[in-house]
Amino acid sequence: MNLLLIAIGAALVNNVVLSQFLGLCPFIGVSKKVDTAAGMGGAVIFVITIASAVTNLIYTFILEKLDITYLQTIVFILVIAALVQFVEMFLKKKVPSLYSALGVYLPLITTNCAVLGIALINVQKSYGFLASVINGFGTAVGFTIAIVIMAGIREKIEYNDIPESFKGTPIVLVTAGLMAMAFFGFSGLIK
Amino acid sequence: MNKTLERLNSGIIKENPTFVQMLGMCPTMAVTTSAINGLGMGLTTTVILILSNMMISALRKVIPDKVRIPSYIVIVASFVTIIQFLLEGFVPSLYDSLGIYIPLIVVNCIILGRAESYASKNNVWLSMFDGIGMGLGFTLGLTSIGIFREIFGNGTVFNIRIMPEKYEPVTILILAPGAFFVLACLIAVQNKIRILKAKKTGTDLAECERENGCAGCANTLCGGSIKNTFEKKEEQE
Repeated sequence: MNLLLIAIGAALVNNVVLSQFLGLCPFIGVSKKVDTAAGMGGAVIFVITIASAVTNLIYTFILEKLDITYLQTIVFILVIAALVQFVEMFLKKKVPSLYSALGVYLPLITTNCAVLGIALINVQKSYGFLASVINGFGTAVGFTIAIVIMAGIREKIEYNDIPESFKGTPIVLVTAGLMAMAFFGFSGLIK
Repeated sequence: MNKTLERLNSGIIKENPTFVQMLGMCPTMAVTTSAINGLGMGLTTTVILILSNMMISALRKVIPDKVRIPSYIVIVASFVTIIQFLLEGFVPSLYDSLGIYIPLIVVNCIILGRAESYASKNNVWLSMFDGIGMGLGFTLGLTSIGIFREIFGNGTVFNIRIMPEKYEPVTILILAPGAFFVLACLIAVQNKIRILKAKKTGTDLAECERENGCAGCANTLCGGSIKNTFEKKEEQE
């Protein structure tokens, strides 16, 4: 039950893009079409879930054991950068079907600050292994929901008459602001 | 001497990271709920930017070209960790209100952007002033956005009430959606200036004015760079 609450909280109530402003760059850069947005979402779910699991294991079994938790920021960022490369190589070799679906998006995720953010939040809230993985997964699902909805709206915005200076990024940000207001509606779900 | 002044001028005014280059927008949106948070985040980033610029510039001939980005990240992350502990020890209130966004300074594109485009090519002295200029420019941007949001969203500046008691605060401005609206208006103003400039000189608006196009630009929020890598990959397939 507790884990379910963590998942809902991460996906809807504290949405990673709309209320924590993490992962804004891909949110704005890759939300032009619904199918590319969904692909990006899939890749983010994959990477963040694995990264939460790996960083949690490293934190409990290496950093805490050796009493060097103060190195967490340095260790996490290097682990994540290496992990994304590794996942890309592994998928290319072993699971070509998944690679062809997600491959294009994987390098873009290295620039996604949400991955590091989630690893640090997991430590800050002192989640255990399972809770970390669930929190990572929930957060990534929240990102996917937000980016897919945004892409759907943007496909319609294409045909609208917008003031010239608001074309492009500004109108996307206004839309994101309205979405953030709508997502406030979920805040009653968790006390 | 002239060159150092030019660095400061370029960081604070000509290439202001917030208003001109639109860099580091994630922390900008997240921490500008009040003026004091904006100022604190700006100064923290400034200190880290100065230290990492100096260190990277000093090591620029030692770091092999192939592993330069990971080396920069390690240098920046070390300074971020040090500053994080100093804040926790000496300014705990700021540490609590900035929270997760302090360690996330590591992935702030201003810092890596300056390391890559300036500190790795220039001497320590100039890199230090580049860090000071860019940092102060960022601080200026964050503080002014923070002041704007705090005045209209809460009726105060630096926790001192300046709006009359009768003023009904627009609370949405200090909540998450307000950040999106403020940033949208900021970019719209910038677009307006670009459109007017393009009309004046008769140049094509679609072309970005920066040197080397997207390759020489670290603005991740523009979406152009992500789009370009994306389209290139699609073409290859």
